[in-house]
Amino acid sequence: MLDIKHLRKSFGPLVAVDDVSFRLGRGQLVGLLGPNGAGKTTTVSMIAGLITPEKGEVLVDGERLRGDTDPKKRRIGLVPQDLALYDELSARANLRFFGALYDLAGAALDKAIASALELVGLADRVNDRVATYSGGMKRRLNLAAGLLHDPDVLLLDEPTVGVDPQSRNAIFENLEVLKGRGKALLYTTHYMEEVERLADRIVVMDHGKVIAEDTLDGLQSRVAGVGGGKATLESVFLTLTGRSLRD
Amino acid sequence: MSLIPLAAMIRKDLLLFFSDRRSVIVSFVVPIAIASFFGAVFASGGQNRQPARIAIAIVDQDGSAISKAVLAGAGTDKNLNVATPTEEEARESVRKGKTAVAVIIPKGFGDASGQAFFGNGEKPVLTLLHDPSKTIELAMVRGVMTQHVMEAVSKEMFGGEQGKQVIEKTLPQIQASTSMSADRKRELVEMLGSVQKYYRDRPASGTEGTPERRGITMPYTVNEEAMTAGSNIAYNGYAHSFAGMAIQFLLFAMANMGIDMLLERQRGLWARLRSAPVSKFTLLAGKALSGTIISLSVLLVSFAFAMIVFDVRIQGSAIGFLGISLACALMASTFGLLVAALGNSPATARGVTTLAVLMMVMLGGAWVPTFIFPAWLQQFTMIVPVRWAVDGLDAMTWRGIGFSGALVPMLVLVGFAAVFAAVAASRFRWEEA
Repeated sequence: MLDIKHLRKSFGPLVAVDDVSFRLGRGQLVGLLGPNGAGKTTTVSMIAGLITPEKGEVLVDGERLRGDTDPKKRRIGLVPQDLALYDELSARANLRFFGALYDLAGAALDKAIASALELVGLADRVNDRVATYSGGMKRRLNLAAGLLHDPDVLLLDEPTVGVDPQSRNAIFENLEVLKGRGKALLYTTHYMEEVERLADRIVVMDHGKVIAEDTLDGLQSRVAGVGGGKATLESVFLTLTGRSLRD
Repeated sequence: MSLIPLAAMIRKDLLLFFSDRRSVIVSFVVPIAIASFFGAVFASGGQNRQPARIAIAIVDQDGSAISKAVLAGAGTDKNLNVATPTEEEARESVRKGKTAVAVIIPKGFGDASGQAFFGNGEKPVLTLLHDPSKTIELAMVRGVMTQHVMEAVSKEMFGGEQGKQVIEKTLPQIQASTSMSADRKRELVEMLGSVQKYYRDRPASGTEGTPERRGITMPYTVNEEAMTAGSNIAYNGYAHSFAGMAIQFLLFAMANMGIDMLLERQRGLWARLRSAPVSKFTLLAGKALSGTIISLSVLLVSFAFAMIVFDVRIQGSAIGFLGISLACALMASTFGLLVAALGNSPATARGVTTLAVLMMVMLGGAWVPTFIFPAWLQQFTMIVPVRWAVDGLDAMTWRGIGFSGALVPMLVLVGFAAVFAAVAASRFRWEEA
């Protein structure tokens, strides 16, 4: 469904992303891992159309994404790392605005709002100002805002930062529902256990390049575990990317 | 281009603006309050109002007919508010700033001024004690007192008892003078002799049929006509102050809109907008239009208040007034985009834009009319958009100029808006890392 081919982006002398390629299929969740500064967010930004790649291309069902107003952008949804919401407005007003950016209006927009809020369990708080929401509720609303236009591909950039276990679990259940609906999910995170639970395939990036791409089992088989057992994903990650601090 | 995203952007910005009580108060209530104050200050010189009188004190230490006449003349002057304290009280009052100028008429002033009037004898000294912060009032009092002293002295010299005595005393002094040339002596003696004869032949004062004594008077009267496009249009200081303050606060509102765009970027909202299939033009146009609507409402609400409460009227073209208001709102809105495009962070942008707005409104005549400025500064401020907005609104309100007077300000303001929008579009950071 989503093909990333040879993406490259530099900022001045710094090459942030270099020759990154991977594939994301329907009903599949790909975990995108990497230390800070590895190039994950830049990669997601290029896929979402926020940054123009210097080289390479993003294909949706074999068709290349071109320009700001390309209708194919409607097939991609973004859940940014930040809580990209207007605190001063109600959940409904937020979603009405974000839905309208995708040309949704009237009954279709109302239906989309109801459906998205139902999924994330916020239907009963639709008229409350976002400022009154807890951190976990805001994260779920952030997810709902990315789903309004029913995209085929959902880009999730660290969607569980700063939420309690209950909210995180609720988000995981939402994502599993979306996978079940055939959505393709690209999920970046620093939490290894999230990827272990959710991901069908894992892409590990470092210094702007893809250094490994495999299933969880495939990656674990590359590193010997303690006492001859399976290696944890974290030990695999540290083996691949090293133990030196990046910040 | 679909209008749904554009309309949604405008609706969202209006919702955000009007849901923020602080923004509403700062944009609508504060300019009305400040403009009311400035209007009250500047309206005092209006055609239909009494001008503020200058508070002066006159200390008459002479008590002569002339000094009394000076005091009486000053007392009836419409420009002066005269008090007659002691010298000590007058000095204290000037020192405390309660009295602008105190005039001390010294003992012997009447006699001495009479003799000096005919060019013989020392000129007496009229002391003016003044507040150093009120030099304009000092100049006015100097002129007004010159008029009243000349009238009083000349009137007394050509018909008053004191004048008669002065001439009788002066004639022998001239004849005995050794410093005067013979010709000059003869001329003065002949002139004073004629005056003396006039006194002798003239019926006693108070007799029926005696003509009113007259001294030197102002040889002209003044007809003051306010020059506006219509007849009988009064200057209304509130028209200017409401234009100035509304423009100042709509500029602040739009600068704040620009800063909010920087905050939206920080909060990841701009990334969400950019990920949607919406053009850059739509994103900027949405902001510009919502800003224009907010600015226009600030301006119109302010003027509506001024019309209802302070009797401000659009004496010129109503269409011209709306045109200038719209052009001004567009200029302010694109100024907000400029802030968003050039600002690095909300904190730094806030400081810089506050300074920029204050400079623009100060130089543009929003606080005080630009005719107070030196000539070179009046020319220089033509590069400030606020100047065109204020002058344009003045032209449509109290100056009463027709639509033709609105055209140039409108075009200039739209020109500024185009430049601001072009710079904003070219410098805007579109890429969201």
